[in-house]
Amino acid sequence: MKLKLATMVVAGVMAAAPVMADLVFPALSYRTGPYAANGIPFADGYQDYFTLMNERDGGIGGEKVRMVECETGYNTEKGVECYEATKGEGALIYQPLSTGITYQLIPKASADGIPVHSMGYGRTSAKNGKVFEWIFNYPANYWDGASIAVKHILDQEGGDISGKKIALVYHNSAYGKEPIRTLQELSKKHGFEFVEIPVDHPGQEQKSQWLQIRRDKPDYVLMWGWGVMNQVAIQEAANIRFPMDHFIGIWWSGSENDVLPVGEGANGYKALNMHMPGADFPIYADLKTYVYDKGLAAGAGDQSGSVLYNRGMYAAMLAVEAAKKAQELSGVAAINAAQMRDGMEALSIDAAKMEALGLPNFGPEFNVSCENHGGSGLGIVQQWDAAASKWNVITDYIESDKEIIDPLVAEDSAAFAAEAAIVERCN
Amino acid sequence: MLYREAGDFKTSYVDDGQTFPIRFDRWGYYAVLAIAFLVIPFVINDYWANAVFVPFLIYAIAALGLNILTGYCGQVSLGTGGFMAVGAYACYKLMTSFPDVSIFFHVLIAGGITAGVGMLFGLPSLRIKGFYLAVATLAAQFFLVWLFNKVPWFYNYSASGQISSPERTVLGYIVTGPNTHAWAKYLFCLVILVLLAWIARNLTRGSVGRRWMAIRDMDIAAEIIGVNPLTAKLSAFAVSSFFIGVAGALFFSVYLGAVEVGEAFGIQKSFLVLFMIIIGGLGSILGSLAGAAFMVLLPVLLKNILVGQLGWPTDLAAHIEFMIVGGLIIGFLILEPHGLAQLWRLTKEKLRLWPFPH
Repeated sequence: MKLKLATMVVAGVMAAAPVMADLVFPALSYRTGPYAANGIPFADGYQDYFTLMNERDGGIGGEKVRMVECETGYNTEKGVECYEATKGEGALIYQPLSTGITYQLIPKASADGIPVHSMGYGRTSAKNGKVFEWIFNYPANYWDGASIAVKHILDQEGGDISGKKIALVYHNSAYGKEPIRTLQELSKKHGFEFVEIPVDHPGQEQKSQWLQIRRDKPDYVLMWGWGVMNQVAIQEAANIRFPMDHFIGIWWSGSENDVLPVGEGANGYKALNMHMPGADFPIYADLKTYVYDKGLAAGAGDQSGSVLYNRGMYAAMLAVEAAKKAQELSGVAAINAAQMRDGMEALSIDAAKMEALGLPNFGPEFNVSCENHGGSGLGIVQQWDAAASKWNVITDYIESDKEIIDPLVAEDSAAFAAEAAIVERCN
Repeated sequence: MLYREAGDFKTSYVDDGQTFPIRFDRWGYYAVLAIAFLVIPFVINDYWANAVFVPFLIYAIAALGLNILTGYCGQVSLGTGGFMAVGAYACYKLMTSFPDVSIFFHVLIAGGITAGVGMLFGLPSLRIKGFYLAVATLAAQFFLVWLFNKVPWFYNYSASGQISSPERTVLGYIVTGPNTHAWAKYLFCLVILVLLAWIARNLTRGSVGRRWMAIRDMDIAAEIIGVNPLTAKLSAFAVSSFFIGVAGALFFSVYLGAVEVGEAFGIQKSFLVLFMIIIGGLGSILGSLAGAAFMVLLPVLLKNILVGQLGWPTDLAAHIEFMIVGGLIIGFLILEPHGLAQLWRLTKEKLRLWPFPH
């Protein structure tokens, strides 16, 4: 008790000293455990962007940003503790980077009135803003991802994949199970055979799964993996000499840390992405001037330019733009969580805005509305070039099959609304 | 001086057989109960409830359950996580099938269902012992997690395989779901813990507990003096699983609210609860509570000190935390293999003589 009091007093003094009112962005990150290889670059990118805002622009709309980092280890119990520990500090938005923690936070944050942005993860039907008032998952979700991957396969096969066999290697958790419904519907529509191959947490042992793939010889393998599971899967695929250009990962299975350990064997591996990889953006010059050179980079500072670093930066950028929108709408600089939510719902990202931010053509253009919290559902396919050690973008933005996804979203969100007794908004 | 038997006269058998024969102990016990019931509910907030008290109370119930099986009856079990999952899923199915019934009864019935499953997996204990039994219960752990992942009926066919607890009430007060007040959550778990700890204490000092301990100390000798190993072992499995099932049900419905079986009830949970009773003290009610407190509170405390107060990077703090907790566990086991409960016993022995030791 005494210690906690002392902690609170010290924290209070430290918080009160620099600026009284600041914008609090909690960073529920994970830099330890089996998912750290992917958690670290995202956390670094997320924090570096906010540091850039503070150093270059003096905050957002004149208000300094304060980040509160909390280590979750991709563990839901620690995630809950982090949420409870940070929400009292005036948290504006939560981005837990974990589908499990997102499921925990959806009811809690909705009751507390704090928005959650699960960018390309979490509960897919949160796209339906009529039911999920406080939850956003723009610019794309898992079901979009499944559909984009299948569309890419259709492209490669000349438009006909009936009779082909597509296997899904997935993390046996809420995260990995998400795309199954969509892929089942798509298999009915396009006539391919769909095989499910689960991998249990944390995924270091996948011999039997890849033996099954070697025996069944699917034409394509899709992967919903995260953390150490990605590297192991790509290594195993290389070991059984599975054609790498027929192996497609979701956007969470396509970072440098996943393919580099496999070396030459990973050449040609494909993954989806919701934004551009690489460091060829003007913003990196600013990051260098205002963040790296001042020694303010988060973590070890060695993740700059990687896919997940860019993703963390993208998540932070969307949060900052939403905060700017919220300031514009409410007319006050020190916004609260409810105003932040309004800003997110009115968010609109277009080419001119991205250009102005030093991120030209970085992500898709999209608008968020009261009904649609999920953005446009666009994604690209990138391919790993092991010799050059870089991801090459090989397609334009592909649009997901809304004909399949929209009814599924409506069905799942209606089930949630019935369970939680929610009345639809936006009517 | 204050803590002594002298002058505390017992004039009836009931007095003589009470749980806390020393007056000072009794007062301490009543004081703790009074603080827990009359003070904490009024000062508790969301952080204290969700990060400290509710997990402590729930793990204490699970540790009590495992202590009955392992500490009192001597049957090593690594299936705690799996049995907690049975409690959680039973509670979920009951909550969604009978929404009008009070959650209190759902939790107890979930415990009853777990008791049945526990007895089923306890059957091998009649033939195998020690490490081999541990392996058999390990099989239960993996089988149960696999089952709840595989059969969609258990999670009501939801797309993600997650179960999430809807809003349910006790006597009109909400105790599950996001709109629960911190005090309601806390009191609900506290009432169940006190009730179960009272039952455990009285079971273990009665004839049932003596039979368990006879089996633990030497099963052949126990059989010769007339203890039926079948009923003794199975009753230990049943009572233990009941406690663990209740803990699992509370863990899911009150504490987390949404659960994924592989992550929440994996093998780590079995180990965590086993560590709790080893650190706390095998065969001790107080030890279960102390062990649960140690394993739940210490990481939170260290995190608050290292990150909150010293301002260390979160990853460094997380790694150091593992080392400190691990080091303390090893240190405890070397210095006091009988756990925190034994430390408390020694302290009391010393206190009896204080301030005039021989």
